[in-house]
Order: sequence, then C-alpha cells, then structure tokens
Amino acid sequence: MKKVIMGNHALSYGALLARAQVIAAYPITPQTQVVELLSEMCADKILDAMFIKVESEHSAMAACIGASAAGARTFTATSAQGLALMHEMLHWASGGRHPVVMGNINRAMAPGWSIWTDQNDSLSQRDTGWMQYYCSSNQEVVDTVIQAFKVSEQLLIPGLVVLDAFALSHTYEVVDIPDQALVDKFLPPFQPEIRLTPSDPHAFGGLTSPDHYFELRYKLERDMEKAPALIEETGREFKKIFGRSLDLVDPYLCDDAELIFVTSGTAGYTARVAVDELRKEGLKAGNLRMRVFRPFPFARVREVVAKAKKVAVLDRNISYGAHGIFYQEVKSALYGPQPSPPVFGFIAGLGGRDITVDSFREISSYTLARAKPEEDIVWIGVKR
Amino acid sequence: MKKEKKMTLTLPEEELMSCGHLACQGCGATLAMRYVLKALGQKTVLCIPACCWAVIDGAFPHSSLDVPIYHCAFETAASTACGVKAGLEMVGDRETTVVAWAGDGGTFDIGLQALSGAAERNDDIIYVCYDNEAYMNTGIQRSSATPYGAWTTTTPVKFFKNQPKKDIVAIMAAHRIPYIATGSVAYPEDLYKKMKKAKDIKGTRFVHIFAPCPTGWKSRPDDSVKLARMAVQNGLFPLLEVENGEKITLNLKLKEKKPIKDYLRLQGRFRHLTEDQMMAMQAEVDARWERLVGGSRPL
Repeated sequence: MKKVIMGNHALSYGALLARAQVIAAYPITPQTQVVELLSEMCADKILDAMFIKVESEHSAMAACIGASAAGARTFTATSAQGLALMHEMLHWASGGRHPVVMGNINRAMAPGWSIWTDQNDSLSQRDTGWMQYYCSSNQEVVDTVIQAFKVSEQLLIPGLVVLDAFALSHTYEVVDIPDQALVDKFLPPFQPEIRLTPSDPHAFGGLTSPDHYFELRYKLERDMEKAPALIEETGREFKKIFGRSLDLVDPYLCDDAELIFVTSGTAGYTARVAVDELRKEGLKAGNLRMRVFRPFPFARVREVVAKAKKVAVLDRNISYGAHGIFYQEVKSALYGPQPSPPVFGFIAGLGGRDITVDSFREISSYTLARAKPEEDIVWIGVKR
Repeated sequence: MKKEKKMTLTLPEEELMSCGHLACQGCGATLAMRYVLKALGQKTVLCIPACCWAVIDGAFPHSSLDVPIYHCAFETAASTACGVKAGLEMVGDRETTVVAWAGDGGTFDIGLQALSGAAERNDDIIYVCYDNEAYMNTGIQRSSATPYGAWTTTTPVKFFKNQPKKDIVAIMAAHRIPYIATGSVAYPEDLYKKMKKAKDIKGTRFVHIFAPCPTGWKSRPDDSVKLARMAVQNGLFPLLEVENGEKITLNLKLKEKKPIKDYLRLQGRFRHLTEDQMMAMQAEVDARWERLVGGSRPL
C-alpha cells in the first residue's frame, strides 16, 4: 500500500510492522511525530505494545534495556541532546547484548540551541557498540527499521536508524508500506536464548573481574565483525521479498567515475543530481552513499572507490581536532600498500545549513584544481 | 508424659539467599534482602543498580540469590524495573513481581528522577530502598539520606553533615502511590508482613528499609540489629505505612520513646557530637514524632 508520509512517521511504521512490543520514549524536537503516531497506534490497538512514557531519554533507554532483557522486542526514538543523555545507556544496551532498535533524528548539539540537522549527535556515539544506519529517503527509513531488527536480534547488538532533521524527518514522500504478512515472514518473533525469567534465574551484568571482562568485549567485537555480511544477506533477502535493496553502501555511477563524492544521509540524493549535471558537462562523477557507518564497511568502500582518480568526502559533522568523521574512516579504508586515490575532506551543512547541488559543484571545482589535498578540512559555505 | 515443646517459626524456612555472598560482617542490607525474598518468593526479578548489593550478590559467574537479577545503571533502578515489567507482560508473564532494589544514594539522590517518573505513572513495580545512610559501596561518602551530625569521608568531623536527612517517605507520599511502608531489619515479622501486603497491591509500591552498616557507621557488627531496633524505639525511624499518600498507620506505637543519645553513642560516626548538638537532634526527632502521632501531614 502506498502512502504519502513524513520521515518521522516512516520510523513509526517501521516499528509497527516489526511488531515492537515495548516502546519507551521521551519527546524532543524534531523526533516528536515518531512517538505521537506510535502512541496513537497503541491507543487504537493497531500495535499490540506497551508504551512507557518515561520522564527522560536516560530512563527511556533504561526501560528499553529492561524490556529487552525480559525478552520483548523494543523500540525508541530520540535526537541530539536526548541521544547524548542516553550515552551511558547506549554502552549498557550493547554491553548487555540487548538488540534494541532506535530511531535518531540527526540534530545539531547545543549550544547555541539548534533544532536543525547535522550528524554530531549520532557520530559522537560511534564507539558505543551500536550499529548505525544512515537513511536518505522515507522508504529507506521504513525498510531499514525492519532490517535493523532482523540483524540486531541475530547478533544481539543494538541498531540506530538515523535520518536528517527536517530534510527527511519532516519531508513527505511516497512510501510503499510493506505488507504485514510479508514482514512477518521476513522478521520472525524475537526469541532470545537467555532472558530474565524466574524459571531460569541468572544474574545479568554483575561484577565482572579482569578474568572475564576482556572476553565479553572480544565477543562483542567478533559479532560486530559478522554484521557486514549479515546486513548484505538480509538486504538480499529483503530485495527478494520486497524488491528494494538495502546494502551496506549505495554506489551511483561509480564504476567508471573519475571523481566520487562520498556522502551520507539526504546529502546523497543531492549529490546524485550534481553527478547527473556534471556528467552532462563531461565530468565522470559518481556518488557513494554510505548506508552503514558502524560497522564501517571498509572492504566495500575500498572496492568502490579504489579505481577512481579522486575521492571527495562530504561530512556534515566534525571531530574537533581530527577532521570530518567519514573522511577519517574513508582514509583508513584506503590505507595500505595498494595504490589508492587521493582523498579530499569537506565539511558542510553544520547546524542545518543547506547542502545544495552548488555545494557539490564547489567541491568538484576544488578537487579538480588540485592534484592532492592541501588541507584536511575544506569548509563549504562557511562565512569567514 | 511431658508435652514436647515445638518451636514455631515466624518466617518461612525457605531461603532464596545462600551463603557465599560478599557482604561485610553485620551488614543490614543482607538481612533486608533475606527477609524480603522470603516474603516475595521465587517468582521475583530484581533490578539492582550500583550499590552495595551490586557487589554483595557475588562476582560473575556466581550469584548468591535464587532469583534473576538485572544489574542496571546507578540512576535507573526504577526505569529498568518498569521496562522489565512491561517486557515480561508482553511475553506473557503477568505473575512475576518486579523489584527495584537500590541503596539510599541510588534512591534519594541519583535515582530520584526515575523513581518519581515511575511513581507518577504508577507503574506496577515494588521499589525497595535499603538505607544505610551514605554511599557505603564507594567508601562512606555522604548522601542526602545521611542524617544531621554524621561523619562520612566527605563530611569530616570538622565539617560534619549539617543538613537533616531528606524525607523520602514524604516525597513518595506526595506521589499518592497506593502503598508505602517503612521496615527495619530488627523487626523481620513486620517487614515480612509488609512485603506480602505490597506484593498483592497493583501499582508503584515503595518500601524504605533501615539497614545498619557497621563499616560506615563505625559500629560493632554484632550491634547492627540492636541499632536498628533502637532507631525504631527512639523514634528516629518509625515503622509505618502510607496508603494512597493519605492514610498513615503507625505500626509500632511507643509507650515510652527512648532517648537517641544511647543510639548515637554506639556509633563512631557520631562520636564528635557535643551534648548540645545531641539535644538539638533529640528536639528534631521529638517534633517529627509529635507530628506523626498527631496524624498531621506532612509526615
């Protein structure tokens, strides 16, 4: 069934179709419509779930963790300050191996107060042991929530589904809402091997000596390393049933490209318009849209960009003192004995400043004019 | 023939807590757990945040309790318990009692927001605070449950705690939750009865248990039960119940209230107090007691 819905409601539909059993959430702009629609779905009994209207994001994640430990499929959504407040609990969810799935609307961190998009909220959580998916369309949001539950529950690693504030969260698009029966076929009920139950009492997460702790983290990383193949596999399975692809990366005209723009989030589709225009003008441009940031698909990135003459990474984020974050990762993917193209790093769109086709034209002119990068950060659209 | 005398036990024999736990000698919190589990039974899930009990239970892979435990973050006992309760319900388990089991720091201080949230929603959990009146697990630092006059490692003798203990029962009563009780490890039958009662009530139930800590109070381990009893008999820690935030029942009416001085003198943490300071404390206790006996609110 096709519907015109906003990005936030796409998250709600994802949770509905995945049959989330416990939702615990706290409102924050620009996430509110996610939980408003879920509240209505619960009230109308379209969704058979318990919705805990907690008093903070910290409690939201704590409640999700408790519910997940009890064996329920759990969902929440937040943004920016809320995600930052959850930070402690993000480690708890992954360390405790609870496959919670959460939507995060990318919003710039205060101060100054900003409700507009950039990626510093979610990318600040990159080392918390969550898988991170970056969406570029509302269709992808619905599909990714369903895929994320499937992957997370097999690996017992939580998943974060990310979308840009307003550029996606409040943008209405046509979405093909997957058929519930087909989703049920794709995503079986969550049945963890071990859960909190008096019939088989265990202590979860107690005091762990240096004799054991190290191995717990080793196992988490080893399971995270299984994620790329599993995401590819579930993506293929999803395509078979629903006809849409959900891969680690989404390359566009990269095979013969001389210049590849690496992007994430909504900037990806803007990049494609720029690619089409530049190609008409004779430049073989391409776009590599990063769908998954954690685990970082190093091999796939290498495979796609290795043959290009130049790579331009666009970051809507910054790691102060260490450049754009996707730029760091792409460079690290290409590091090694094999010859690799020069990688240019661009920062644009912080705090919701628009990233337009002209931004990519500027990136393209800068890159073509230089044989190799002269600085680690090239600022696009900043007033100096 | 002489009739055989049989001892009657006032508490069930069944033990859900076994030996091998890691508590200090004379730990009141350990007695509290033992009595509470006797009342709640095996169909119980505990959510334990950072507190002495996060350690007492034992290190991985051991546990001294025969009930499942979720060790949760410091400030999340209540919110984790609400999540567990919802999760269990959604997987078809409506019987299990879900208990948040936290110390005074995790309740009066860092966990108060989550507790208030759960109580306002009237989520179906029992919240037990075992109160040893300071951050004992981290090495005896003052909490807002530390009484006036006490030494702790962050309130040294020259700068002892100069504020009264936070009135957590009054705070919880203001949430008008269905059931609040205080309990003492010196009165196990009373505590047992209250936990049984709490178990059968729906909604948020709050139980505040006075749990002496010889390590932090600088008292003799074999005085723990005695100190707990004295605190009830001198009116410092009255045994009471509050139903729906309104109906207050004083469970142990004292004909003669004992002076608090004898109680204070058994604890190194109060050793520095002068006669005048102790008299001022006595006046506070008396005033609170009069309010309580008179049935006037606030508590």
